[in-house]
Amino acid sequence: MSLEVNGVDIDLDEDGYLVDRNQWNEDIALALAKTEDVEMSEKHWEIVNFLRKYYEEYQIAPMVKILAKEVAKLNNIDKRESSKMLYNLFPSGPAKQACKIAGLPKPTGCV
Amino acid sequence: MSASETPLLDELLKGPWPSFVKEMKEMADTKPMVRDVLRQLEKSYVDKKTHWKHGGIVGVKGYGGGIIGRYSDSPDEFPGAAHFHTVRVNQPAGWFYSSQALRDLCDIFEKYGSGLTNMHGSTGDIILLGTTTDELEPIFSALTEKGWDLGGSGSALRTPSCCVGPARCEWAMFDCLDVCHELTHFYQDEIHRPGFPYKFKIKVSGCPNDCVSSIARADFSIIGTWKDQIQINQEEMRKYVEEGANPLTSAVLLCPTRAIEWDGKEITIDNENCVRCMQCINAFPRALKPGKERGATILLGAKAPIVQGALFSSVLIPFMEIEPPYEEVRDLLERIWDVWDDHGENKERIGELVERMGKGEFLDQIGVEPDVQMVFHPRENPYVFYDEYYEET
Repeated sequence: MSLEVNGVDIDLDEDGYLVDRNQWNEDIALALAKTEDVEMSEKHWEIVNFLRKYYEEYQIAPMVKILAKEVAKLNNIDKRESSKMLYNLFPSGPAKQACKIAGLPKPTGCV
Repeated sequence: MSASETPLLDELLKGPWPSFVKEMKEMADTKPMVRDVLRQLEKSYVDKKTHWKHGGIVGVKGYGGGIIGRYSDSPDEFPGAAHFHTVRVNQPAGWFYSSQALRDLCDIFEKYGSGLTNMHGSTGDIILLGTTTDELEPIFSALTEKGWDLGGSGSALRTPSCCVGPARCEWAMFDCLDVCHELTHFYQDEIHRPGFPYKFKIKVSGCPNDCVSSIARADFSIIGTWKDQIQINQEEMRKYVEEGANPLTSAVLLCPTRAIEWDGKEITIDNENCVRCMQCINAFPRALKPGKERGATILLGAKAPIVQGALFSSVLIPFMEIEPPYEEVRDLLERIWDVWDDHGENKERIGELVERMGKGEFLDQIGVEPDVQMVFHPRENPYVFYDEYYEET
């Protein structure tokens, strides 16, 4: 699979994740969001930026519970509400969609 | 499908046992997908390695789990097997279906997928084996239209399961079908939106026979038990003996705590030493019945060996009355999840967390008082240290 962004072909794997994470930029994020039918709002960017920052620091995507806690803190809501909010923003799941848009590696092992 | 395409697989058609090869070959003529999966498997037998890639991320809108992505590593050679995703579906409590429900499921999966099913996966779900990414939303709509919903996968609550319970079995100490049904419905969000450190399984057995192997396979095991004395009908016992049964070899000598005796006329049971193993009751069901004060023991922590070795569940709540709407069970579950959420590491099961943290600390965190009955199995010293112990030493 590939995706054309600003005239450049970007390689994607079979699930639509970036093959080369270093290619990531905001335009590519917007294009990836489009493949997922996600319209990026300020709230979406807040999460995508948190994921990128966390990945930079720890070289691993955060567990969903850490993401949910961050969202709860940022929005002053409880854990259950924050999980709902995450799924409202990223209907196919934060691990799947938000990581894809943030250019993080594909989550592994789902069996 | 011609036999020559898969000579190694065809070996599995020989002998008295049924084989998946036979079933799949029957479908291969109408489903090219199934034919390619068989051809790919044949190649795996030759190459001595799998040709499925590890994992894959697919799903439907609003759900973080329920579908497990499966891709071939040789899609050009086996185009039909390029996508072969697995769909998990919540099974009904106790696996009771109307024939119409089964027909609906089969029709849906023949239309949108390979038509192959696995009834049931080891967690208990209905498993639909093999479909493509494009068919996921259609299959999901077709399933929900008939009242089905997706099961759990990933770091989420997995679909709870239970034994056949009071529907078919006289030993059910409570309505385990209802418990399973209610918990499954109440926690759909926890099933569909993975947010735990790792998987979490709930299994409900109506009695200590534990027909769903809850103690070995569930993080949270609810197993029926009784508090008072085994009910004895001496008359029926003597009838068993007249019919040729031997209480000594079928019960007395097999009792793990030697709590039962037979003097040739009467059975006596030392109930304080009975460990609820069910041996004597199973052997003489007309003569012996569980007591009247019924409920469940809640055990915590079983798992198969992945990150660390296998664990059995161990006693958390020695006795709980199990009454709808099961608030006490839910309240306990949620306190456990909160502690796991705060302290669990990535891919750490609840049983592993309890081991790492120590039972005493864990009990303190979930607000449960330690009890001498909190043991791995009966007749063992508790592994909770009491404050008095520290004072003495």
